[in-house]
Amino acid sequence: MDLNYTAEERAFQQEVRAFMKANVAPEAAAKIAVGTHLDKADMDLWHSRLNAQGYLAGPWPKEFGGGAWSAVQKHIFEEETAYHNAPRIVPFGVGMLAPVLQAFGSKEQQDYYLPRILSGEDWWCQGYSEPGAGSDLASLKTRAVRDGDHYIVNGQKTWTTLGQYANKIFCLVRTDTSVKQQQGISFLLIDMDTPGIEVRPIILIDGVHEVNEVWFTDVRVPVENLVGEENKGWTYAKYLLTHERTGIAGVGFCNAGLDALKRVAKTEMHHGRPLIENPHFAARLARIEIDLMAMATTNLRVVAGADEGAAPGAESSMLKVKGSIIRQQINDLARRAVGPWAVPFVSEDLDSNLYHPGPDYAAKASNTYMNNRKISIYGGSNEVQRGIITKAILGL
Amino acid sequence: MDFNHTEERRMLADSLRRTLERGADWAALAELGVLGALFTEDEGGFGGAGFDLAVVFEELGRAGCELPVLEAGLAGGLLADCGKSDLVEQVIAGELRVTAAYLEPGLRYDLGPITTTANNNTLTGRKTVVTAAEDSDLLVVSALLDGEVTLFSVDPKAKGVTLHTTPSLAGGSTSEVTLDAAPATPLGGGQAQLEARIAMATLALCADTIGTMDTAKDMTLDYLRTRTQFGVPIGKFQALQHRMADVAIEIEMARSAVINLAGAINAEPKERDRQTSAAKNLIGRTALLVAEEAIQMHGGIAMTEEYALAPIARRLIAADHRFGDEDWHLERFIRLSA
Repeated sequence: MDLNYTAEERAFQQEVRAFMKANVAPEAAAKIAVGTHLDKADMDLWHSRLNAQGYLAGPWPKEFGGGAWSAVQKHIFEEETAYHNAPRIVPFGVGMLAPVLQAFGSKEQQDYYLPRILSGEDWWCQGYSEPGAGSDLASLKTRAVRDGDHYIVNGQKTWTTLGQYANKIFCLVRTDTSVKQQQGISFLLIDMDTPGIEVRPIILIDGVHEVNEVWFTDVRVPVENLVGEENKGWTYAKYLLTHERTGIAGVGFCNAGLDALKRVAKTEMHHGRPLIENPHFAARLARIEIDLMAMATTNLRVVAGADEGAAPGAESSMLKVKGSIIRQQINDLARRAVGPWAVPFVSEDLDSNLYHPGPDYAAKASNTYMNNRKISIYGGSNEVQRGIITKAILGL
Repeated sequence: MDFNHTEERRMLADSLRRTLERGADWAALAELGVLGALFTEDEGGFGGAGFDLAVVFEELGRAGCELPVLEAGLAGGLLADCGKSDLVEQVIAGELRVTAAYLEPGLRYDLGPITTTANNNTLTGRKTVVTAAEDSDLLVVSALLDGEVTLFSVDPKAKGVTLHTTPSLAGGSTSEVTLDAAPATPLGGGQAQLEARIAMATLALCADTIGTMDTAKDMTLDYLRTRTQFGVPIGKFQALQHRMADVAIEIEMARSAVINLAGAINAEPKERDRQTSAAKNLIGRTALLVAEEAIQMHGGIAMTEEYALAPIARRLIAADHRFGDEDWHLERFIRLSA
């Protein structure tokens, strides 16, 4: 048992830290620090800087030009990202589609798409959920019917994050209705410019346009855009879900959020004294910090296990549940900390006048709290995760 | 012992509910007598008791009504305390819109020590998070006059008054009010009147929250009955059933806390404030539970602005940021229970 990083891991940490210090754009970091959403230019800039450094493909295997990062390295990178208020990598191309293409795509698909993901030429979005297929994803209804050299796609996807910026979408579509649900699903790559695709914005509870509906009407997709085999899409989708596991607990976000919260609590006054000296507030803060310390180690146990070859399937469900709860508790306490300043509620995409009367750190406290209720819902709700734990770990 | 509302209150609640369902404006509420129900007969109204407020605000919360009725009761009540019966009459008739400006930056939820100062019938200072100031004809403002907290009336359109207005998490609008030698008329009353009326307004907010929670619960139950996943309505999953049962239990507890407060609202200040803190603390805890569970059990749809739960959930969260949050009232309850 040794709780410290190895010398190599510490060296990697120093290297990433130096990169972050030199490259994180102050404008983007300032937005992230107060919870303002980034715009496309902020995300594109960060994408290109990471690519220039080779960090974008860090977790990719060597044969695809990657750095073959270990799970611990990925964890270190995510930790430093959060610590420096650096933008999160938009995951859909680099972190989600790329591993699927690397494992199941054709040589042509790999050669064509992977470089375009790194260069930023392609912005991918995800077409999984549907209005009737959320927790029960396998019940999805978007149909792809073979017509010569094309599939004809009809249906509707939803919760498509940043789909307004995307030129490509990877979709789960139903190609066989005669078999068990999971066995009739295929994984299809679709150009967003194809006639018959319509993207409609969904405004979220904090007034931000972050997700979209994507409608497909007789959309013709070349058959070479099928990934792997027809009707094997569910296997690829599950591979994708278990592949991205190191970041799932959001330990870095929690640490950054807790640090920011402590600074706020030292500034806000309560009965004429700093809020952080108030026993009730201090107790709330301490309970979260204690939970977070335990979660950080739980997370590292799973990360280290992954490097030793353990299949972390259900453990990542544990991290998702606990990580989302702790992060939401931090957002909750950050909202409480600003007191009455939580009431003025300005929505970036709905209000033209962005005036907020309180200090900078207060302007987004309510918005962030409301917006992050999503993290216990998306990517498999906490109820779905608990179901997985019940079956896979507890054997009930 | 009788936990039934009087016939008059039940009738008012029923007709208010029907009126709100049709979509009521300010004049409709005034005509229905909703504003009169906030004041005693001595003040020119026909209600004014704790249970009058409870029935009215529970319906306003249930309907998600964003009209500033609470402000009319709070600022109008202060006008009544200061003997301004002509102004109260106009408030009850729906002809004069009023709100109270009493919070100041840096004080969190405390009513003092304030720094806004009166000098030769002008006020200078800054008031924060003033609900519906933009639509008000008159502000009731607390300020120091010879070192004593004194109430003044201020015309928000007068020279020297600047409003910075934003949407409110609770719905409606909220303003920062900057006073720079703004003309003001002394009303008389001071800290004691302010504290008593804030207690009544807290009761109103608690009752509003009960109605809001009922709506959140009803919407969630409807969704659990109709949303199908894995081939069954999700309300068939015991994991959700038991959490919904807890939501129902906690709302009934909160309802009882508001009954306790409504019965004690005219008690001597220490007992009144102790009951106020008990109710507001419990409401704060329960509203958070109900808002978060309603969103979580709905899933993604509840995250959207388009779905009707969004403003309801925000209203529940916003309630904890007014008149003292859960912890502020916990501390005060401990202090007053000693």
